[in-house]
Amino acid sequence: MDYKSDPNKIGKWERFFKWVNGEDSIDSVWEKEMRSKITGKRKKRRKTIEDTIERINSYSKKIYIILSVFITVVYIGILLYTVYELPEHGNPLNPANNEVSQRYIEHGVEETGALNIVSAMILDYRAFDTFGETVVLFTAVICVAILLRRTDEDKTDLEQDSFKSDRGDILKFAARLVFPIVVLYGIYVIINGHISPGGGFAGGTIIGAGLILYSAAFGDEKIKSILNYKSITVTTVSCLLIYFFSKGYSFFTGGNHIESVIPKGTPGNILSGGLILPLNICVGIVVACTMYGFYSYFTKGDI
Amino acid sequence: MIKLLTINHFEAAAVILFGIGFMNMLLQDNLIKKFIGLNIMDTAIYLYLVSYGYIEGHMAPIAEAGKAALAEEFINPVPSGLVLTGIVVSVSVTAFSLALIQRLYKKYGTLSFDEVLRKLRSGEANTYDSDS
Amino acid sequence: MILTHNIAHNIPFISIFLAMFAGIITPLVNSGRKSCFIHKTTTVIIGILSLLLLLHVDYNQERFTFLMGHFPSPWGNELKAGPMEAVLAVAFSVVMFLTVTGGQYMIEKDVPEKKQNLYFVMLNLLFGSMLALIYTNDIFTGYVFIEINTICSCAIIMSKDTGNGILSTIRYLIMSILGSGLILFAIALLYTLTGQLLFPQLKSGILQLINTDDYMFPMTITAGIFTLGIAVKSALFPFHTMLPGAYDAATPSSSGILSGLVLKSYIIFLIKVYYCVFTIEYLREIKITNLIFFLGVCGMILGSVMALKERRIRRMLAYSSVAQIGYIYMGLGLGTSIGATAAMLHIVAHAVTKSMLFVCTGRMKDISLAGEADHCLRGIGHKAPVSAIGFTIGALSIIGIPLLAGFASKLYLALASFYSPFKMAVSLIMLAVSMVLNAMYFIPPIVDIWRPLSEKDANYRIEPEIRPAFITAVVIFIAVNIFVGTCYEIIFDIFEVGIALMR
Repeated sequence: MDYKSDPNKIGKWERFFKWVNGEDSIDSVWEKEMRSKITGKRKKRRKTIEDTIERINSYSKKIYIILSVFITVVYIGILLYTVYELPEHGNPLNPANNEVSQRYIEHGVEETGALNIVSAMILDYRAFDTFGETVVLFTAVICVAILLRRTDEDKTDLEQDSFKSDRGDILKFAARLVFPIVVLYGIYVIINGHISPGGGFAGGTIIGAGLILYSAAFGDEKIKSILNYKSITVTTVSCLLIYFFSKGYSFFTGGNHIESVIPKGTPGNILSGGLILPLNICVGIVVACTMYGFYSYFTKGDI
Repeated sequence: MIKLLTINHFEAAAVILFGIGFMNMLLQDNLIKKFIGLNIMDTAIYLYLVSYGYIEGHMAPIAEAGKAALAEEFINPVPSGLVLTGIVVSVSVTAFSLALIQRLYKKYGTLSFDEVLRKLRSGEANTYDSDS
Repeated sequence: MILTHNIAHNIPFISIFLAMFAGIITPLVNSGRKSCFIHKTTTVIIGILSLLLLLHVDYNQERFTFLMGHFPSPWGNELKAGPMEAVLAVAFSVVMFLTVTGGQYMIEKDVPEKKQNLYFVMLNLLFGSMLALIYTNDIFTGYVFIEINTICSCAIIMSKDTGNGILSTIRYLIMSILGSGLILFAIALLYTLTGQLLFPQLKSGILQLINTDDYMFPMTITAGIFTLGIAVKSALFPFHTMLPGAYDAATPSSSGILSGLVLKSYIIFLIKVYYCVFTIEYLREIKITNLIFFLGVCGMILGSVMALKERRIRRMLAYSSVAQIGYIYMGLGLGTSIGATAAMLHIVAHAVTKSMLFVCTGRMKDISLAGEADHCLRGIGHKAPVSAIGFTIGALSIIGIPLLAGFASKLYLALASFYSPFKMAVSLIMLAVSMVLNAMYFIPPIVDIWRPLSEKDANYRIEPEIRPAFITAVVIFIAVNIFVGTCYEIIFDIFEVGIALMR
């Protein structure tokens, strides 16, 4: 068995040992041979294979469509039957209207000091959820920054589609008129979050919309002196930290059964509701910064 | 059947909307439409939740100062709170997915899922050939 | 201030908040190295605290509640911790720390320099939300943190910023949103049926409904939708399509964390809901356990078959993860406490093993210049012995060689199958078949790695720099793996107590 003279005639085992030992000569000859065989066949078959693939693809696409329609219809059917079996809509005797919602409504005012019971629920009774929710927003804006924030290399890109401030006069005039009102309304909604409908999320969105309007009307040169990447990051982070520490304090005292020292105030006053007012303000600022951040990342790739 | 149409009609509508969103997600090729489908799904769940929080003839849960609030006067506040949380989550996810799509569009110049997949595959096949 | 309460009971709350705090302040830090340092320090502190908690709860054999606020159970949020949660927190911290340490220089290379601190923000928040999923006692808090988990895991996939990476992220995101939509629907249905959101009250509400035989059909559907949602998120067999692309495109640390920890955190939440809310007897009655047993077994076999067909090593590891997820669901689907305990042990064993495999593979790929070609790893064991040893031990552990982590969990899965007579034969046969399949796809790469380096291949290799951090991480990984593989009885006992306390 002289494989060196005729590499095609060696035994399987020998070839295996050679392969394991990494001796290249045999391997490469064998590989070359196999590869030429394969590419020859491949060229011949390529056309027919492509045809077949196309046909299979069109069939599988049809099957996929039929299957997904079928699954959806079955799914809707099952869920409709489930809904049919569920308790009646609008009935006060439903299982959901139990002692939990009763205590929120009847003792919410004295236990939290807030008249808006939904605010009391999300910022006091179930505040951990809301903390998670604020963190979700923060996460989203960081993700958008990772994806869309331009680095120094593609700053030339920025020059091409940069946001110049040559907007129409009507837009500028209207923005000058509307912007203060929008922001004022947003602040009102945030500050009255615990005594009337509203709160940090709603008010923050309104302020964010105002900032977007201002930026769209006057271009980014003007707004950049106040709202740039650094200031927005610092504001968001510090508001989140205030939220974090105040709620951390209340969770810590609650978990260890210590009386909290924060006064509840008279229900109905602006300065009432314990931690709810500062938390609403923090949430509002975070949401406003986030909304403005989304807008400017999507349009300009930077704040 | 009659109960579905007359009493639980909000919930039935929510379930059907959920199905529409689901089908949109499965069948749309355009990525933005796919994500709109997912959004419809989420919104359907919020409709479901809010409609179960409602109690016939009761008010929104804002108490009056100096007056004892009674559970018989107000709707259930819990679903409203849950929906608030859900909406914020859905906004975040939507923003994130739109940013991803914008990034993908800048790289491949198309919004079609199949087209991107095809371009990616052919690109990969090229590197493979030059490799071996 | 006098603490009337036990100080150790604050640890779950402190660990979650510490991770979140690190995540919130990291955007202010400009350099990637400093943020990595913050992340690693946080992880170490949380690991030590969790270890203390473990010693405390294991000594007292207790499972305690921690109020998140001033309002007790049906009104406010709560955390709950027992031996099981403590072990998981320790394991997660260890794996997280080692994966990041081992892959740190690859993160520095793969992630654009200006965005490295944001990458670590995501890692911190991801860690915090996984801890919250482990400790939570409230189903809606679970949902919120599942969403944080989703966004953060997508962010760490795409941070490498290639076209492939972004497409994989979109796929991952679509599947994840679908899963969380289903979970939210299930939570909404549960709320309409019981009017509760916390585990203990949900449980008593469901038991009451079962006793009065009301709303049984909606309840079945609810359990089904919830299981489906978690199955979609944790890539159980027919929903696994998002994994291979994502793990292939991400930086090795991300892949290791995603495969080792993130998927597991959803399953842990599922187990908690199964035992603390629906009760396993009810799930057995409505045959949900049979469904997940079936899907798990399918995943075990078909995942391995797909891995066998795959030639690119990271995609192969992804399919292997699909198979391992199948093992976990199989254990859970047995419908007994011992089955769930074995599944928990497999969660730990797989987390320890797969993260090491991803980190080592990343290192070996780094040294090889041959890209994705088949021969890219040939003979690399002589250039990078530490990563090759790590890969070999990891692969042997997944196959199930004694003294390694994978062996212990598979042994217990086999033992657990004796307690459910109807599923015994199927699970034993499938365990054996899948073990053979595992060996079939892991042996060729091992042989390939340890072959003598030929001259032609040597041109494709670069002389590696010595990375002390990487070597330390792999050595500790191997030590942990052997620890889990030899002292598995201790961990198993803790899990058993933990599951018994949950019921």
